[in-house]
Amino acid sequence: MTRVVVDVMLKPEILDPQGEAVVNALPRLGASGVSSVRIGKRIELEFAEGTDESAMQEQATNIADKLLANPVIEDFTIRLTDQVEPTG
Amino acid sequence: MSPRIGVVTFPGSLDDVDAMRAVRLAGATPVPLWHDDSALRGVNAVILPGGFSYGDYLRCGAIARFSAVMETIVDAARGGLPVLGICNGFQILCESHLLPGALTRNQQLHFRNRDQGLEIANAETAWTSSFNSGDRIVVPVKNGEGCFVADEKTLDELESENRVVARYVDGNPNGSQRDIAGITNAAGNVVGMMPHPEHAVEQLTGPSVDGLGIFTSVLTYLGATTT
Repeated sequence: MTRVVVDVMLKPEILDPQGEAVVNALPRLGASGVSSVRIGKRIELEFAEGTDESAMQEQATNIADKLLANPVIEDFTIRLTDQVEPTG
Repeated sequence: MSPRIGVVTFPGSLDDVDAMRAVRLAGATPVPLWHDDSALRGVNAVILPGGFSYGDYLRCGAIARFSAVMETIVDAARGGLPVLGICNGFQILCESHLLPGALTRNQQLHFRNRDQGLEIANAETAWTSSFNSGDRIVVPVKNGEGCFVADEKTLDELESENRVVARYVDGNPNGSQRDIAGITNAAGNVVGMMPHPEHAVEQLTGPSVDGLGIFTSVLTYLGATTT
């Protein structure tokens, strides 16, 4: 397992104007019942083969906290995975 | 000898040349600084100009924060060096934790590009002493991610400690909380603002020459601190 996925989302109290623009467009494509859209970022970190899992976890947390997310406006979650996840 | 004011060029900086020109018109010597070189070349103050450093990748200012020159500037700013961040420079100062809060996508999602009224709220910083509190000036704004946000406690602290430097008047261009256009650190040597004073230093090209006061302020400040 060498991949760490970091999901970064705006904190709930921070307005997401991109999400608002998307939710406002939904009726035009006939989609109903969606009350809110929030847009975040997904970042995949690939570590070298054989890297210790706890070291990956620790490094990824450090990277996310210092660079990938801005704690003033964003929250992040981290998960280790060995799957190449479907994208489409 | 006139004070030396450094202007940093990052990959993607746009307004470094205008900032150097404003420094010259104010009567100081502009000194180009390079993002990948930690040397500050003996400057007495630093300006982080507008633009799109590192393509605004990830978040505006997030990658610039880790450049060689910023490591030196952050230390020097904590030691009292006057630092002004304009637009992208303001974003870099927030990402570097020299200033609180963050700049996010404009609420209306429009890139705002217009002449903007500002009220100077604090005329006691290194960069605003040429003004009086309450002065109204007009300088250009041009940003897509200029919406200043911070938690309520931080906003209350900024206001109670008189650290809001300028507010938008005659319309808030980007949804910034409490109409905040610029803020300062507790010591008053670090100032960040979204509007562009360097574009309002000559009648020929700007809506006013109000911006020049920002650059003459730091000369006064440097004169006062070196004598």
